[in-house]
Amino acid sequence: MPEELFDVNLTVNGVPETARVPARRLLSDFLRHDLGHTGTHVGCEHGVCGACTVLVDGRPVRSCLLLAVSVDGAEVTTVEGCRAPDGGLGPVQQAFWDCHGLQCGFCTPGFVTTITAYLREHPDPTAADAREAIGGNLCRCTGYQNIVASVLRAATLIRESP
Amino acid sequence: MKPPVLQYHRPSTVDEALELLADAGPDGKVLAGGQSLVPLLNMRLAAPGRLVDVNRLAPLAFVRTGPDAVRVGALARHADTLSQATLPLLREATGCVAHAAIRNRGTTVGSLVHADPAAEMPAVLALLSGSVVLASTSGRRTVPAAEFFLGALASAARPGELATEAVFPLPPPRTGTAWLELSRRAGDYALCGVGVLVTLDEDRRVARLRAAYSGVGDAPVALDLTGPAAGQPHDAVDWAAVGALASAGVHPGDDIHATAAYRRHLAGVLTARAGRMAAVRAVARA
Repeated sequence: MPEELFDVNLTVNGVPETARVPARRLLSDFLRHDLGHTGTHVGCEHGVCGACTVLVDGRPVRSCLLLAVSVDGAEVTTVEGCRAPDGGLGPVQQAFWDCHGLQCGFCTPGFVTTITAYLREHPDPTAADAREAIGGNLCRCTGYQNIVASVLRAATLIRESP
Repeated sequence: MKPPVLQYHRPSTVDEALELLADAGPDGKVLAGGQSLVPLLNMRLAAPGRLVDVNRLAPLAFVRTGPDAVRVGALARHADTLSQATLPLLREATGCVAHAAIRNRGTTVGSLVHADPAAEMPAVLALLSGSVVLASTSGRRTVPAAEFFLGALASAARPGELATEAVFPLPPPRTGTAWLELSRRAGDYALCGVGVLVTLDEDRRVARLRAAYSGVGDAPVALDLTGPAAGQPHDAVDWAAVGALASAGVHPGDDIHATAAYRRHLAGVLTARAGRMAAVRAVARA
């Protein structure tokens, strides 16, 4: 018996998108394979590394731990949606650039989405707050010092933006 | 890896969900937050034939405070419980559940049904002598915490049943609570977690002292530690003796994260610390 397929409709970075997929399609794979948004990275695929973090209805979640069909109708923001309105680097991305917050970059999309959501609710974090905020994301290159600095820098950039 | 092939159902009412679960029997599995289930699917450690996704059952997305208890519905996310539960112990422990991204999707009730002995929620339910409401096409039953957790990853929920809500009773007056845990990294499963509940008498002396633990057994461990503290003033409790009784009362195993002896030591230290906090808070509620 062929696998049953389901229509999944999402608004991804403000644009309505749809694809017909089996129920077992993970949101991470749905974004990457079915919709072509390859900015979302897949690391551990069991919820530990945080690389696949995206925002669903504005809140960070692990896209590898969600079935796409289960979030049918949701608004999703990926790292591609964290850019500036003019298409350039968004404030969190700019901060990573400024502070050398990435090396290989594999984990970065998960950090950028996580930090983007965090700073909306915590606009003025301390370094300790920043470390706590990124506690669910693994980076094997940087040692985290520069990522913590990037969180603080991003907060400054957002506060100073008109 | 990816989840195995499965049949997927997305009911829009509780009755429809119960019909589907009854029909699926042992082959059925409830999908709520999925923060424990989906990793098991991805790693092919679980392969339910039929998945019943309850995420559209909006009436189960509640956190309600009644006169006697806080009731948490099956679709309340950890983040909802954290922001809405008017029960300090429940909020304090929920704040220790994983990371924000997990709390945004995982559910309080799902954590109870999953019955991971290292998780916070089972120990909190055990400490408060709470219960879980299980529904099926043949009716509803309420299972007390002491009978709900059967072992590691084993709860009393049977095939065909949906846990619709958890009931966390409000502690009596002059009672303070505290949750403390030690993990290697914030958000990881704790090596040992402890919830302590201290009830004082009208002279601010300890009348009752209970604790419940995560990470030190196959199920949450609840202990009555009143003995060495009974009748002592709230600010002069022999916490070392209480901690020693706690250490003697838990029987953890060794694993790659910690030895049994270290976990017993932790249980004692954390009990004494949490006990002090709970006693101070009990005074504030006197």
